[in-house]
Amino acid sequence: MLRKFFFTVFVVLLSLFTAVTVVYAQQSNPVFPTDDDVNAIAKKLYCPVCPNTPLDVCETQACKDWRAQIKDQLTSGWNEQQILDYFVTQYGEKVLAEPQRSGFTSLVWMLPVIVLIIGLGFVSLLLKSWRNRRNHQVSDAPPIPSITPDVLAKLEKELQEID
Amino acid sequence: MLANIGLVILFIAFLLSLFATLSSVYGGVKNKNAWVESARNASLLVFPLLSFSIIVLLYSLYVMDFSLAYVYDVSSTAMSPFLRLTALWGGQQGSVLFWAWIMSAFVMIVLLRKWEENRALMPYVITTSMLTTTFFIAVVVFITNPFSKLWYIPGAEDLIKTVFQPVGAVQYFPVDGRGLNPLLRHFGMIGHPPTTYIGFTGFVIPFSFAIAALVTGKSGEDGWIRTTRRWTLLAWIFLSIGLVLGGRWAYDVLGWGGFWGWDPVENAMFMPWLTGTAFLHSVMMTEKRGMLKKWNMILIILTYALTIFGTFITRTGIISSVHAFSKSALGPAFFAFIGITFVSSLTLLFTRWDTLKSEHQLESFTSREAVFVLQNMLFLAIAFAVFWGTVFPLISELITGSKITVGPPYFKKVTGPLFFALILLMGVAPFSSWRKQSLAKVKKVLLTPFLISLGATAVWGYVHRTHPFSIFGLWLVSFVFFAIITEFWRGIRVRMASRGENPLIALFKLFRRNQRRYGGYIIHLGVIMIALGVIGDTYFKQETQGTLKVGEALKIGAYSLRFDGLQGFPGSDGRDIVEAKTMLYKNDQFIRELTPRRDFFVVQQQPVTVAGVYSSLNVDVYTMLVGWETQPTQSVTLKIYVNSLINWVWTGGMVLILGILIAVCPSKKSKRRVTYVMKSNPLYFESFLGD
Amino acid sequence: MEEATVNVDSQEHPEEASIEKHSTMWKTSGRIVTYFLLFALLGLLAWGLAKVQRGQVHSGEAPNFTLKDFNGNALTLSDLRGQVIIINFWASWCPPCREEAAYLEQTWEKYKDRGVVFIGVDYVDTEKEALAYINEFKVTYFNGPDIGTRISQAYNIQGVPETFYVAKNGQLRGVKVGPLQSPELDLKIEELLAETYP
Repeated sequence: MLRKFFFTVFVVLLSLFTAVTVVYAQQSNPVFPTDDDVNAIAKKLYCPVCPNTPLDVCETQACKDWRAQIKDQLTSGWNEQQILDYFVTQYGEKVLAEPQRSGFTSLVWMLPVIVLIIGLGFVSLLLKSWRNRRNHQVSDAPPIPSITPDVLAKLEKELQEID
Repeated sequence: MLANIGLVILFIAFLLSLFATLSSVYGGVKNKNAWVESARNASLLVFPLLSFSIIVLLYSLYVMDFSLAYVYDVSSTAMSPFLRLTALWGGQQGSVLFWAWIMSAFVMIVLLRKWEENRALMPYVITTSMLTTTFFIAVVVFITNPFSKLWYIPGAEDLIKTVFQPVGAVQYFPVDGRGLNPLLRHFGMIGHPPTTYIGFTGFVIPFSFAIAALVTGKSGEDGWIRTTRRWTLLAWIFLSIGLVLGGRWAYDVLGWGGFWGWDPVENAMFMPWLTGTAFLHSVMMTEKRGMLKKWNMILIILTYALTIFGTFITRTGIISSVHAFSKSALGPAFFAFIGITFVSSLTLLFTRWDTLKSEHQLESFTSREAVFVLQNMLFLAIAFAVFWGTVFPLISELITGSKITVGPPYFKKVTGPLFFALILLMGVAPFSSWRKQSLAKVKKVLLTPFLISLGATAVWGYVHRTHPFSIFGLWLVSFVFFAIITEFWRGIRVRMASRGENPLIALFKLFRRNQRRYGGYIIHLGVIMIALGVIGDTYFKQETQGTLKVGEALKIGAYSLRFDGLQGFPGSDGRDIVEAKTMLYKNDQFIRELTPRRDFFVVQQQPVTVAGVYSSLNVDVYTMLVGWETQPTQSVTLKIYVNSLINWVWTGGMVLILGILIAVCPSKKSKRRVTYVMKSNPLYFESFLGD
Repeated sequence: MEEATVNVDSQEHPEEASIEKHSTMWKTSGRIVTYFLLFALLGLLAWGLAKVQRGQVHSGEAPNFTLKDFNGNALTLSDLRGQVIIINFWASWCPPCREEAAYLEQTWEKYKDRGVVFIGVDYVDTEKEALAYINEFKVTYFNGPDIGTRISQAYNIQGVPETFYVAKNGQLRGVKVGPLQSPELDLKIEELLAETYP
């Protein structure tokens, strides 16, 4: 019964996965750079004038100009890194969607990791101290009957039947 | 005239809530019951009074009384009555009043329902909640008054907005208003903002109980924590709904093909949701095992602190965000408010630290407590990462002087692995029972879901060879899914064996018998559905953009979109619409016509992109009109997103909400559960008898 | 019944007290760190709030800067002491800037031989569009891109166009937000030219 059930769910899920449309190759476009090439870079940049809007989806005149500039730069043979660097020098670090991993900015990446490590350390210390304390005060702790879910279910059932 | 009455009533509400705050402190400290009673009565009056003000403001919006600055700012004759009414929370003044109003409603409900049950805490519950309410009413009355009028001083450039007539000014009566921000003119306006506000304000009640428990030194007892859990759950429900609706709204309106941009305003909402979720889990340990009291106290205070912190950073504009709340003078007042709240709650927490003690100790590392602690730590680590990414631009600017952006790549990369671990724990946690648990047994039970998930992952990995990282996500989602199914199956099997019920009835009764637990599992199912949607969004999202002449088509994968022509026409609400007529084909099979368009709001001079979307179970084709030319020949620039699996986010959101409803829906049995909770604390039995 | 249960948890257990003692130091330092972090956060917010509420730098000494024009010629503000300086922030994508461009150029022509310097600071713009704009309005005064938005940050501009007035002694004498309209720039320049310093 269980297996049958799982099998059904499995088949349903599989049909779902395969239904996801995935495209491997884009139609080759004769004219480089295409809008897609431009957007791929613009995606990594933020509009310097509108608050918190990625450059590839921003529709102000300023953003259109910047996308046109990226297109010009691609046409004259710049690579992605050169374009990103140009944007940073021209308009400040603020234009990068992903903060840099060097200098002071690296702190934004590092601190969550440090905090996670501290947190894990704290959790293990806490668990250890709980265990130690339990050993200290075995006699102090009120006796607690061990209850497994099955016993609980039985208890539940009996309670049900009382009323 | 009516507005003036609303103003006077508002002021009376301010005085009453101020009185309630002071009187409850006095009554509490001096142990004078009459003062506390009096504070209660004053607090109860605030809600009806604010309701009156709200009704007056709604009426003014409805009849378009543009003599009020607020009505002038957020409504116009072109807007439908529905939108005019939703404009109540469409601007700063109205939304702060709405906020204070909901808060006063919550305070009233608590005072009416919990007065006897939590009598000892009540003086300080009133103090804390009414102090907060007083602050918000004070902001409404003195800083952003929705009943301000427009004044014109001859020779001056701008109109003045004040309640009272400035010297030498004449009142100005505009013929029409400026109207609501076009992005807010959407049906979603009825859902996302109010649910979010209810969620945010709801956390004030748990916070008040926590503070009261600390002040009275009764935090070791459990009565307050049950009240707190319920209120946190209520606030959390609305916050969850607000998040889902907000995501959907962003998808429909903002026109960038996504639902979550890690914008500061979204983060401000997400952080209290994370800590609130952590609390809802850890509070189970306090309820069932009398553990983690200090931790719970920290989580309650932190959650509330994050709600007001989020409100502060977004409303004062100190961190730039796409949500343009109007900047106003409330910055310094709000700063003082959060400063006092943070410092005093922390100090109180430290002074009363030793009154919070656990009753039981942990017994083994594989037991559920360890899983719970780890899971709480992960929630907090995620909340921290979000917090850090949100405030870091400010820190960077302060210390190095250079402005930076912390965009979605940071949040995805940092929180992604943490969410992975968290969801994995979600699958394992139900199998570690509250007390000792042998690892071997857990392994045995989880073997089947593990093998099935491996199989599913292998197939998936083969089909989607180009996205190797997606298989980790898929393995996780399928494993946790089957683990939850296994848990359901175990429950059903027990009932089938012991009572001879058929599976469906067994399943139904399982839910009836233990709504909270199985509702919780449904919530977990919702979460993994959302996770599946996020996997689709992360790995399988495709986009293309191109410029087309009439008759040409843009191809993306199996889809192609043919441009058939452009038309412009005036729309409702004072907008000019330019619409592209396009035909969507999949593998050369015609699917349907899509009409992406650009609405230009003439008065506001603001364009709004409206996507043309074809939505099916697994895939959304989301088309946008980016630009157009009419000379020399007609052509348009279209952008297409193919969003795979995105609908799982909405389905998952609905399942999550369904799970919440199952978990909180009152049942006959829920109260009786306390009879077999093994606790040394007699309060449980007391409250049982009290029911 | 309630009264009877109140003190259950407030009683000190001797064993726990001894354990507590060991952790007192940890506790104290933990508290100090927590307070420190909280006040650091509040300080950060206060600073951010002050920055948002301050608006443009419109008085005191004009923040110094060196600006390079599109051809690479440099100009340093502090070298221009003794002259009246008009600093105009603009961008090609900004429609209101276009409203004032002709007036700015006219005024420059009128005053350029009377000890007045105009500096156009091009705020986050593309070079192509900026040059096209300068050509379109035949702008002849000194203009250059604000590389890395350093100058606009120093003056804390809130948008474009914004025009800052600097007196002969290098002190800021106010800021005009939004497009300039005739004759306000003339009046302001006359006023600043009339000032004498020993």
